[in-house]
Formats: sequence, C-alpha cells, structure tokens
Amino acid sequence: MNATIVEAVNDALHTEMAADERVLVFGEDVARSGGVFRATEGLMEEFGNDRVVDTPLSEIAIIGSATGLAMYGYRPVAEIQFSGFLPPAFDQLVSNASRMRWRTRGEFTASMVARMPYGAGVRALEHHSESMEGSYAHIPGLKVVIPSTPSDTKGLLTAAIRDPDPVLFMEPKRIYRSFREEVPEGDYEVPLGEAAVREEGEDVTVVSWGSMMPMAEEAAANVEADVELVDLRTISPMDSETVVESVKKTGRAVVVHEGPRTGGVGSDVVARINDEALMYLEAPVERVTGFDTQVPMLSMEDFYFPNPPRIAAGIERALDV
Amino acid sequence: MTDRQRTDLTPPEPESYGGPVEYLSQDDLRVPTHQLVTPDGEYDESSIPDLDDEAFRDLYRWMVSDRVFNRRMVKIQRRGELGTFGTTRGQEASIVGSAYTIAPDDWMYLGRAWTAMFMRGVPMRDMILFWRGIEESQQSFAEHNSQVAIAVGAHLPLAAGTAWGMDIRDADEITMAYLGDGATSTGVVHEGLNLAGALEVPALFFCQNNQYAISMPFSEQTGANTIAQKALGYGIDAIRVDGQDVLAVYDAVMEARERVKRGEPVFIESVTYRLDAHTTSDDPHRYRTEEEEQAWEENDPIERYRSFLESEGLWDDIDHDAIVEEINDEFDAALAAANDFAERDVSEMFAHVYEELPPELRRQLTEFEQFLEEHPEAYDYIDQRPKG
Ligand SMILES: Cc1ncc(C[n+]2csc(CCOP(=O)(O)OP(=O)(O)O)c2C)c(N)n1
Ligand SMILES: [Mg+2]
Repeated sequence: MNATIVEAVNDALHTEMAADERVLVFGEDVARSGGVFRATEGLMEEFGNDRVVDTPLSEIAIIGSATGLAMYGYRPVAEIQFSGFLPPAFDQLVSNASRMRWRTRGEFTASMVARMPYGAGVRALEHHSESMEGSYAHIPGLKVVIPSTPSDTKGLLTAAIRDPDPVLFMEPKRIYRSFREEVPEGDYEVPLGEAAVREEGEDVTVVSWGSMMPMAEEAAANVEADVELVDLRTISPMDSETVVESVKKTGRAVVVHEGPRTGGVGSDVVARINDEALMYLEAPVERVTGFDTQVPMLSMEDFYFPNPPRIAAGIERALDV
Repeated sequence: MTDRQRTDLTPPEPESYGGPVEYLSQDDLRVPTHQLVTPDGEYDESSIPDLDDEAFRDLYRWMVSDRVFNRRMVKIQRRGELGTFGTTRGQEASIVGSAYTIAPDDWMYLGRAWTAMFMRGVPMRDMILFWRGIEESQQSFAEHNSQVAIAVGAHLPLAAGTAWGMDIRDADEITMAYLGDGATSTGVVHEGLNLAGALEVPALFFCQNNQYAISMPFSEQTGANTIAQKALGYGIDAIRVDGQDVLAVYDAVMEARERVKRGEPVFIESVTYRLDAHTTSDDPHRYRTEEEEQAWEENDPIERYRSFLESEGLWDDIDHDAIVEEINDEFDAALAAANDFAERDVSEMFAHVYEELPPELRRQLTEFEQFLEEHPEAYDYIDQRPKG
C-alpha cells in the first residue's frame, strides 16, 4: 500500500481493530467526522459506534477513561485533537496512567495509546503548534513514540497498541501528507525502543525524530561530509545504544529537535553520549532546536523550528569547519 | 463577597419519616426559556426593554455588521488571505444582545463572538490580524481588557479571578466570560464556576449553546437536558434565553448584570445555532443534515428583529443597503490597514516571553540573528506571512 503518514495511522487502526476486539478508538470528532485530520476516517462505519466513539470535549476524561478502560481489559486508542490541548490531561498521565502498574504492583496496567498530532507549520491558531515531548519523556512509566515515515507510523502504532504499558504516540502533523511510501499490508509491527539508522556515514552522527527528519535528511545531503542519520523513533525509553555506537564510530554528533532547547530531549541525548562515549568525541555535541520561546502565531512560525540551513550549520560546527 | 446565609452544619431534620427513597431529578426542574419576540414576530409591548429608538437601530446595525464581517472574512480566507476562520453566522442576536450591555471598564473573555470586540472599540483590522496569526492583535484585545480563549474553557478560572479582584476592590465593573456548549464538558469550566459561586464574585458567564462542538451535537455532549441547570450545582442562578431573539438576550443580560453587580455570579445559556462550518477547514455535512440547517436558517435572528422593527415603525428609518455598504467600506479599510502591517523583525519572537530577556534567550536570539545574516538561503524555508 502506498500511503502518507496520516493514512498509515488510519491503516494501523483499521488493522488492529479488526484483529483485536478489545481495541477501542475514541476522542473528539473521531467517529462521525473521522477526525479533524481524517486519521480515523471510516472506522465508525466499519466497526460501529460502540467501538469508535465521539467523546464530549474533555481531554481529562479522554485520558482518564482510557486508563480505566485499560485497567478493565480494553485496549483504548484515544485521540487528543492537538497536542497543545493535552496539558489539562497531564494530570491523568502523571497521576494515573503512568503509575497504574507501579501502584498496583502489576495487578492493573494501563495498556493504552494516546495519539496526538504535534508540531508547528500547519498555520493554525495558538496552542496548535507545540512539541513538548521533553515534558512527556520526563514521566516514568510512560512511553513516548514519534514516527517520521509512513511505514514506521503503521508499525510503531501497531506495537504501541499491543504494548503492555501506556504509550503517548505523537504524530508529526506537518508531514502528515507531505510524502508517500510503500507501507506493508496487514499485520506489521516495528518494535518500540529501537532507533533506526536511516543513512550510514563515517564523519558525523545526526540524531533526530518526527517532523525534523526530512529537514535533517536534506541538510545531510547538503553538507560536505558523510553523515550518519539516526531516527530515534522512541523518545522514551530511549535506545541510547544505537546513538552511542554511532558516535563511537563518527566521533561527532548533532541532535536536532523542534521543541524548546531547555529541558528538551536533546539535552538527554547529549548526556548519554557524554556518559558512554565522551572519550570518542572530537568536538562538543551540537544541538539544533526550537527556541525557548512560545511558538509564534502562524505568521512567524517558520522562524521557530529548525530548517535545513540551520541544521547544516550545526553539522558544520560539529565538524569544526 | 456579599453576606450569604452560610449552611447550617447541624444534621438535617427530615420533614417526615418513612416513605420511599426519592430522587432529586432534572425532570422535576422547570427551565423556562426567556423570549420576547416570537419567531413569527409577535410580542407584548409591555415587556420590551426600555430603549430609545437609536438603541433599537443600533442593535440592528451591529447584527448586520456581524454578518457582513463574517461573509467578508470567509471570502478572504478562500482567497488564501487568512489561515482559517470560524464564523458566527446565526449567532448575531446572541452576541450583539449580550455585548450591547458591556460597559467600557468591564473585562471580557471571548469565545465565538468576534463582534463583541468591535463593540468594545477594537478595530476590525485587529481581528483580521488575529486570524492571520499576528501577535499584536492580541495586544489590541488586551488593551480593551479582553482576550480570546483558544484552549476551550481555560478562561473560566481567569474570569473568576478577575471578578474576585473586582469584588475585593468593590469595583463597579464586572467580568463577562463567553463560552460555548462544548466548553461545558471540560473540567476547568466547572472548577471556575464553582469558585465563582463559592466566593460570590461579580462574574457573568454567557454560554452560547450553538448546538455543536465541532461535530458533536449538544444532545450527545451531556446527559443534562439544558446547560443552564448545571450552574445550580454551584449555587449560581441561571437564565436560559432564546438566542435568536436579540431583545430577549439583551433583557436577560441586563437583568443578570444587576445581580452580578450586587456580587452574585449569574450563568446564562443562550440557545442559538452555528449556521456555518466550525471553521473554514470543517465540512458540517459529515455530521448534520441540510434539513436541520434549513430549519435554523428560517429562524434567522436578523429577520426576526427586522419584523419587530417594522411593527414598531422603526424600520422606515433604517437603510439596510446603506448599512451593508458602510460595513463593507469599513472592512475594505480594515483589510487595507491589515495589509499594510509590516513584516516583523525576528526579535519579535523573543519579545514578551519574560519581562526581561534572560541571558540564555538573549544568546539564542543573537545567534539566530547572526545565522540569518550569514545564511540568507534560510529564507527559502521561512515564509513570513503578514498577509495570511
Ligand atoms: C481544550 C481544547 N480541546 C480541543 C480544542 C479543539 N476545539 C476547538 S473549538 C472546539 C469545539 C468547541 O465547541 P464549543 O465550546 O461549543 O464552541 P463553538 O466552537 O461551538 O463556538 C474544539 C474541540 C480546543 N480548542 N481546546
Ligand atoms: Mg458550540
């Protein structure tokens, strides 16, 4: 199947709902209208209104009830319409979903997925452009996954639904429809917790994820260096090994992400490299990130997130050129 | 805080012993809907608000202005000159009837009620800038003690807070918070209402039940028969009003204001309808029928008010076409002014994050400015869009 990222979301949901009766899909405007990005299109028609449900407008109730359903044995896939509206439900993630296993010593678990489009660049209003994976990665017990390609989207979402722990699945909405690729039909899983080496190279490691991946690829193609490009894919728990092994080989690294620099996941990538590969480094690890500011409203939002020239400049700094 | 009889803490004495368990049920509630002019244009002269002729004409003008503004905004959005836009067509009486009561010093938090800003003196240009995603628009709103809540419901505790301050200061102004039916599904709305009810602050909550939260019809948002009744749970008195009847809305809000000024919050449910799509990116025919829309098209608030004006002999003084032309001219001028809005410097992105730019942020700004100077090719990826 030739699909975009958002179509791959839809395909994964169709496939898992057909395979497992315990899978439920719900959220704001997901059933009748098929979701504001059409990610859940056709599910209600195929699986009925008991399994595909439009909820009242409440992120708290969506995440909290998903946790309750999961404790009771269902496999809920809840949609948060935009990641900027997750904050009210942060409490349910922190205080319930992520610690249900711990609180009950494994008697109850929250095997659930909260999907949400994130990131800037779709010309929307305030609260529609954030990339806050750094805040979510800080929650023990919660997994955070961000795909960057259609086939990974399908495979990772499938794995997230089957995962015994709660997964926050952040979808890069700026590239929801920006390209297509072949996506395996039917059952297809990509394991969580494994980064992917997209391009092998000898000179410098570039680590990124989600909507920054196409930008990082373009930058890598434009610098005069042999870049190894690592797509982190699972933000938490992070696959440090792949990153560290790559840096041991190249001796140089750049982390690229869209979210704010301070407390961003990039800081953690740098720390892990320092922990395990400091002696291999030939230059300080560079970070190319969003700024520690609010994402501007749509007129100036392009200034906010890293673009290929900014990433290329970061790579060149890491190369000391 | 006004003096209120505080609940007696001694255990209640039942009025009688024995008998079956009794439910407290919403079905026993009588929830009247205030209406002054019927859809057929009938009314009782004695209950019409005591307004002068100019005010009656003013209400009409503002409703037409709302409609023309929406039409023009959709048009320029279609031409690619706005990001997106959500119209208020169908809600003109609800918006104008309520906002007409607002005094200059009141504070106002908005949901879907753009014209209420204009009625406070916010220039039309700034609403165009807002939908173009230009931050200065929100500064202009703030200069008028107003803001728009994009995170649905999140403004209710803010409204309770400003009203609390007004109460402490014994101020003359009140806080008015608009919200939608969908907002009443959020927890934050109820927490804000509860606090306002507990502290008895001068806040007026005006909920426009336009029957939808994007695709979600009101009937599926809640098990409650009405939104108005929800306020009772917080000890806040409520009014339910026909939102297609501008005089009824005005009457209800004026009545409520008097109470609010005495320090008792009031909640109003205005029953109306969103005739257009949620925003320009939405297609309502995925979730509602044309018959339903048609029925509400026929319940047009402007038409109803016009028949009232005709009966009162006020219509002859109104030149509808001239009003439309005036508003169109105003919009043309506002659009031209918005188009003149200059591209901003990148430092704008770092402005107002804090009062003073911390050293790390200053470093980020300086580095970025330097980068842009050295790498003009970055502008291939940066499209500043002050014109939408
Ligand atoms: C907390 C939050 N969740 C989701 C959204 C996305 N959203 C924008 S408007 C809307 C529906 C709001 O319905 P209602 O309160 O009835 O206001 P209306 O649009 O009808 O004026 C939704 C779900 C949001 N803005 N904020
Ligand atoms: Mg509504």
